[in-house]
Amino acid sequence: MANKEVDKLSGIETTGHEWDGIKELNNPLPRWWLWTFYATCIWALGYVIAYPAIPLISSATTGVLGYSSRAEVADELTNAKIAQADMLGKIQSASLDEIRKDPEMLQFAVSGGRSAFLVNCVQCHGSGAAGSPGYPNLNDDDWIWGGKLEDIYVTLKHGIRFQWDDETRDSQMPAFGADEILERDQINDIAEYVRQLAGLEHDAEAATRGVSPYVENCAACHKEDGAGDPEQGAPNLKDAIWHYGSSKQEIAQQIHKPRHGVMPGWVNRLDDETLKKLTVYVHSLGGGE
Amino acid sequence: MVTTLPTITLLAGGGLIALLGAAKAHDSLFAAHAWICVIAALIAIFVVARQSGHDAPEREEKYMDGVIRYGAIATLFWGIAGFLVGLIIALQLAFPVLNLDLPFTSFGRLRPLHTSAVVFAFGGNALLCTSFYVVQRTCQTRLALGNAAWFVFWGYQLFIVLAATGYLMGVTQSKEYAEPEWYVDLWLTIVWVVYLLVFLGTLFKRKEPHIYVANWFYLAFIVTIAMLHIVNNLSMPVSFLGAKSYSLFAGVQDALTQWWYGHNAVGFFLTAGFLGMMYYFMPKQAERPVYSYRLSIVHFWSLIFLYIWAGPHHLHYTALPDWAQTLGMVFSIMLWMPSWGGMINGLMTLSGAWDKMRTDPIIRMMVLAVAFYGMSTFEGPMMSIKAVNSLSHYTDWTIGHVHSGALGWVGMISFGAVYFMVPKLWGREQLYSLRLINWHFWLATLGIVVYAAAMWVSGIMQGLMWREYDAQGFLVYSFAESVAAMHPFYVIRAFGGALYLAGALIMAWNIYCTILGRKRDEAPMGAPVIAAA
Repeated sequence: MANKEVDKLSGIETTGHEWDGIKELNNPLPRWWLWTFYATCIWALGYVIAYPAIPLISSATTGVLGYSSRAEVADELTNAKIAQADMLGKIQSASLDEIRKDPEMLQFAVSGGRSAFLVNCVQCHGSGAAGSPGYPNLNDDDWIWGGKLEDIYVTLKHGIRFQWDDETRDSQMPAFGADEILERDQINDIAEYVRQLAGLEHDAEAATRGVSPYVENCAACHKEDGAGDPEQGAPNLKDAIWHYGSSKQEIAQQIHKPRHGVMPGWVNRLDDETLKKLTVYVHSLGGGE
Repeated sequence: MVTTLPTITLLAGGGLIALLGAAKAHDSLFAAHAWICVIAALIAIFVVARQSGHDAPEREEKYMDGVIRYGAIATLFWGIAGFLVGLIIALQLAFPVLNLDLPFTSFGRLRPLHTSAVVFAFGGNALLCTSFYVVQRTCQTRLALGNAAWFVFWGYQLFIVLAATGYLMGVTQSKEYAEPEWYVDLWLTIVWVVYLLVFLGTLFKRKEPHIYVANWFYLAFIVTIAMLHIVNNLSMPVSFLGAKSYSLFAGVQDALTQWWYGHNAVGFFLTAGFLGMMYYFMPKQAERPVYSYRLSIVHFWSLIFLYIWAGPHHLHYTALPDWAQTLGMVFSIMLWMPSWGGMINGLMTLSGAWDKMRTDPIIRMMVLAVAFYGMSTFEGPMMSIKAVNSLSHYTDWTIGHVHSGALGWVGMISFGAVYFMVPKLWGREQLYSLRLINWHFWLATLGIVVYAAAMWVSGIMQGLMWREYDAQGFLVYSFAESVAAMHPFYVIRAFGGALYLAGALIMAWNIYCTILGRKRDEAPMGAPVIAAA
């Protein structure tokens, strides 16, 4: 069957085979192709000698460079730790206030705090720390549990209503409606009065009726003027910032059966330097007292 | 005909087993799949029984082409289905609300539906029908084993339906590209072994002295896929009447087996198989001899020897021992030239016929396919280098790489092959329209370029954001921020996918009209569209 012929266009001889009209030219391997293939093979051989490559019975060749990816990671981690060791030492021994006042430490703490915030806090407070309904905005100057460095630090450490931490911040607003402490009308009146305290549109008559039940039931924590009390985690009712909404219905709902937010305590999950960095970072966001 | 009785008995037996499975099933998912098998058996019995009275006209044909006609249509059907699901999940990534909060429309279930639909349903049917087409013509003989080829075709469609419905219902063994559970795997094994026997039998009774290079590649694809499929899917069912099974492998051994499978699914399904396609259809369409016989031998053997070792490059910087990572990487680098051998042989086959690029949009498609093949087989070894991989791994760059290979190489060479085969299979003089192929070509090309470019930018940005440290040594970005930054590229990617799908829809129309024997009234390709004044 060898029916060799010369292809007219290329002047190259065919192999003489033919399948369904397809013929094959007898061209040699392109030189550049062959030499590049050899080069990759030689490179591969060199790499195999230099790095761990050949499996043996219970281990493998280690390569003349003695490389190991585990050692490489360990090295990188050690170097990263050494690079930060100085500053971390300073942060460890400094008070929160000292960190804030020292520009170098402040920069380090804000940078590290932000990094830790992005991993641990954004899920609830948002990547811009602006919060969402039920999750406080950390950029403003309204602080439910206090906005001083020390307050923020304690909140971070022990959390809020975090049942696994004995030192957690805890307070419960009674369910005035659900537990039948107040009548439905009274709750509505109080809600109108709270809107009056906040300077929002309200029914003046109902708000007046709401004054005395407010003073009797609410003022102990939220204060007579509605300014709240960070010691007890009682939010300020006078300002424009609302945790669960400012409509009359939302306020009445909160009085009837309040929702209570929970924040985990981080003392067992993050080291003290990180907690300090986070504190300074959150404090720096705009509203720290 | 006498031969239908054993066939019907077999089908009835299979249907009965499926019915028992449906009745005794331990879970509703297994029952649903058993019912699908019962229905498939009933339809098959009905069809076979109806045909028993007639003499098969196909016997008159030189080649057994009926199954190839079905295969060409199935290729188009599953292709469009797969591209559409791809577009949907691309939009889901850009706009998560499109997950619709329903389990069976969520990204997690639609993603394997997309990958399996394009790789196994579209690509698989393209390989099935072209391999049957090529092996008969290059061996000058009909397919071996009588109607076994029909069993392979319909058995494979049943596998696709079982896999696809399984994904939507949530049946998965959580191995990428090998998600179907044990009973679907067993069924595919039976189908695949019959496929191998048909192919080998046809080669055995060939009337040509030598076996053509395309058939080496097809055979390598069939044999290796059988081996990969069986080993990676070794598992123990919890019950023989339930969907769930547990893999034989665990931990890093499982990961390595999975990526030995996964990488060689790319190597032998999406590379070797489609090289077989290229080696037949490109010289046929160009009407030129293959550039170098010697190159085809050397690159075939070097490709299949080297490919099988490259899988560990999917597991760089993981618990996989360093030595295995090294071997995965060096074999990938050595694979570069063997892969390019196919590209050279494809492109150089056109020497002397380059003018056809101007007038023949099918050649244009094939050239683009080979060009994308060359590009992605350079990109692959490059990404297997550990230093590059540390940036590219787990990012959209990988998605871009896969799609420049899948849309560019696999898609375009398959489109070219189907355009070539259809007029011949249905006995038409020519295609309905060459200009519509040109439209398809440009829509698809633009789609791939938009897609790949968006994923390169997005992937490299993602990789850089993940490793960005500030001067104090702290990570700058959170993961969610890198996700947010990718949004515009996800939208652009979806646009690219839509262009590609639009091209495929035009192809479906063109093929439909060709089968009906229509001819579009149009100016010939290469002629000026508007007559000179």
